[in-house]
Amino acid sequence: MSNDGVNKGRRRLLIGATSALGAVGAVGVAVPFVASWHPSAKARAAGAPARADISKLEPGQQMIVEWRGRPVWVVRRSEEALANLAKLNDRVADPESRRAEQPDYIPNTPERALRPDIMVMVGICTHLGCSPTYRPDIAPADLGSEWLGGFFCPCHGSRFDLSGRVYRAMPAPTNLVIPPHSYQDENTLVIGIDQEAV
Amino acid sequence: MAGHRNKGNPGLMGWIDDRFPATALWEDHLSKYYAPKNFNFWYFFGSLALLVLVNQIITGIWLTMSYNPSDEGAFASLEYIMRDVEYGWLLRYLHSTGASAFFVVVYLHMFRGMMYGSYRKPRELVWIFGMTIYLVLMAEAFMGYLLPWGQMSYWGAQVIVSLFGAIPVVGADLQQWIRGDYLISGITLNRFFALHVVALPIVLLALVVLHIIALHEVGSNNPDGIEIHDNLDENGVPKDGIPFHPYYTVKDIVGVGVFLFVFSIVVFFFPEGGGYFIERPNFEPSNPLKTPDHIAPVWYFTAFYAMLRAVTFNLFGLDAKFWGVVVMGAAIAILFVLPWLDRSPVKSMRYKGIISKLFLAVFAVSFVILSILGALPSTDGRTLVAQICTVLYFAFFLLMPFYTRMESTKPVPQRVTG
Amino acid sequence: MKKYLIALLLVLMPAVVQAAASPYPLDKMKPNLRDQESLQRGMALFVNRCMGCHSMEYQRFARTADDLGLPHDLVEDYLILGEHKINDLMTISMDKGDAAGWFGAPPPDLTLSARLRGTDWLYTYLRSFYRDEARPWGVNNALFADVGMPNVLEDLQGAVVNNCTIDELMERGNRGTLDPLTGNRSGQCMTVQANTGSMNSAEFDRAIYDLVNYMAYVGEPSRLQSERIGTFVLIFLAIFTFVAYLLKREFWRDIH
Repeated sequence: MSNDGVNKGRRRLLIGATSALGAVGAVGVAVPFVASWHPSAKARAAGAPARADISKLEPGQQMIVEWRGRPVWVVRRSEEALANLAKLNDRVADPESRRAEQPDYIPNTPERALRPDIMVMVGICTHLGCSPTYRPDIAPADLGSEWLGGFFCPCHGSRFDLSGRVYRAMPAPTNLVIPPHSYQDENTLVIGIDQEAV
Repeated sequence: MAGHRNKGNPGLMGWIDDRFPATALWEDHLSKYYAPKNFNFWYFFGSLALLVLVNQIITGIWLTMSYNPSDEGAFASLEYIMRDVEYGWLLRYLHSTGASAFFVVVYLHMFRGMMYGSYRKPRELVWIFGMTIYLVLMAEAFMGYLLPWGQMSYWGAQVIVSLFGAIPVVGADLQQWIRGDYLISGITLNRFFALHVVALPIVLLALVVLHIIALHEVGSNNPDGIEIHDNLDENGVPKDGIPFHPYYTVKDIVGVGVFLFVFSIVVFFFPEGGGYFIERPNFEPSNPLKTPDHIAPVWYFTAFYAMLRAVTFNLFGLDAKFWGVVVMGAAIAILFVLPWLDRSPVKSMRYKGIISKLFLAVFAVSFVILSILGALPSTDGRTLVAQICTVLYFAFFLLMPFYTRMESTKPVPQRVTG
Repeated sequence: MKKYLIALLLVLMPAVVQAAASPYPLDKMKPNLRDQESLQRGMALFVNRCMGCHSMEYQRFARTADDLGLPHDLVEDYLILGEHKINDLMTISMDKGDAAGWFGAPPPDLTLSARLRGTDWLYTYLRSFYRDEARPWGVNNALFADVGMPNVLEDLQGAVVNNCTIDELMERGNRGTLDPLTGNRSGQCMTVQANTGSMNSAEFDRAIYDLVNYMAYVGEPSRLQSERIGTFVLIFLAIFTFVAYLLKREFWRDIH
């Protein structure tokens, strides 16, 4: 063994080339391991858009659609309920839903809906993840005479109106979440597919 | 020793070395571990075995993320991995091909040791740790083979577990205890799963560490079977030794490249290995009520399976099944005592006499023929061939103390011959 | 010595065994997973003719549609006959207990049949039904004796009559002899009765080829992706090994 006449430049070049190729190979090997953590076809199938037939939903009625394992509420609101929403503007924390998680195509009006009569939202309290109960009754004994219908969370007492807007001074920080959704036709609601830009 | 060098140096490495022998470990096992300079082709398989072990552990961990070890879910979860999980098919084929590759590499590695006398004094413990690795690897492979929960998985396990039933008196109870049920069931699957993914890999890793520590304590053997530490230069460095790093690291990288090329051909183009790596009946879910027409263990077990079947006669009032199991166990056990069977004055086959060479060749050929026979349904002719090969297999070992002492050997050179 | 070697080779020959295990000769077919039209026709045939009884319970409609180049809405409109959605597994609603009562054993899931039996077997099996009034469904199969399945493709193939004894059929298969001049076959055991099927012999073989080709695809849907990636991996490894070899040679110049 001797180090006479070692071509240092060539040696460095070959070390560099082998290391670089080795690094490329290592990245290549990592690809399948990283990619396999993406939602599988099974998970994507379960998370596929949910379709709901709303033709039989009467004013004042609520239906629950499961989308990606979460309850999505669909409520048909009466004319009277819609008229009441504006009256609540000064009693809710974020009347124009500026801080709420909702798609861009949802107007920042008290109705918070693509179609004023149909309210769509994720039925999970933004506080700690309980599912509030639907309380459409006006001025019930337990919620007080000022109650104009909405949702009440049994876990920590958060109150929401029929647009999912949280009342002031409640544990829940923001309004209820609105999932991406659209209408395939008059009576078919699709949750999980965005409304095309109009 | 590692703990007392490289103290009080400046810089980050100095700080670490004062607290952990990082530089000392690097020197002891790589940059100042002197290996004989005359390693040939056969010396690639040790590092390749380590590579395959790493492959098995990593792909195994990833498979565990999507596998379901239950009677109802196991088979379907494998197809879920193959279809629904992104690149799941690749992870699975890397693991299934890796299992076969592990045995290819280990068999060649063992044959190298037998050829050049790498088990001889002072390397007896290196050999015994290595043999224990082989034994644990067989258990690991066997239990892993049950997990796909196909027909071959199921009936292969059924047959192998039944072997324990051949043990007199306690056999039947032992068999039931291993299964945890009256038949191979989800209960058996669950315990095999736990052993396959947790217990045995830990044992395997520990044994690999012991194998390498023992090797680096006594130094590597070489094709000439002479001790390079008998010829030191003025610095105490073996004259025929070269630092493992960089010389053998760069050489092993080439070996890794060639190995991965062949490995990838199988993984990407022939993952079933012609029906030998993934057997056809395993594409049918396990069914305790229907046995496949022909059951054969995976190829790496077939030699021992052929020996098991070769015993067809009762002896001393005990039936053939029992003696078959004894022969099979002995075939593996006898490898452990190899260091004490070889009485030759020389280590390497290069300087042993013609009888040793002949016996080694006969041993290797017998093992290959037994491996082929074990994969085929038995006929009278085949049983006879298997019996002859079994006798030859044992003759290699049992006669070794005699022929290695009798034969004349060639003179061993002082220095390695390149 | 030579004689013993030959004897040994014969003992070790796996081919002899397999031939002995299934005497009926198999017709060869080589799947072509790149022929999407064939796969699409095969899927249509499977969905319409087989899926009443046989599921492909590990395979999803959406995956199949993507791999076969079929738009999802087309599959939803024409190839999903039951209540399934596009992302669902290709299951069936037949109750396994009922099915066992009707057929003797529940019709097996066919996701992996091409890997279990091999494509040659499937290709031969589906073309080897013949009329046999002694059997419950009025048909028997030359490859799979006393099969419990009716010949669901008889309206395509036509009624097949076996003119040989069982032994002759097993020995000769249905190939008959080929006239090298005219290209016609004669002396086949099984003949199709005139005007009983809507396809001629070549068309029927083609349809079965498509069907088995499709089953080969479903057996291992990752096959083409695997070969595509594998080619790149091999090219990369060849380059890597070459450079690594140059590096090794450079360092080993030190060693004399």
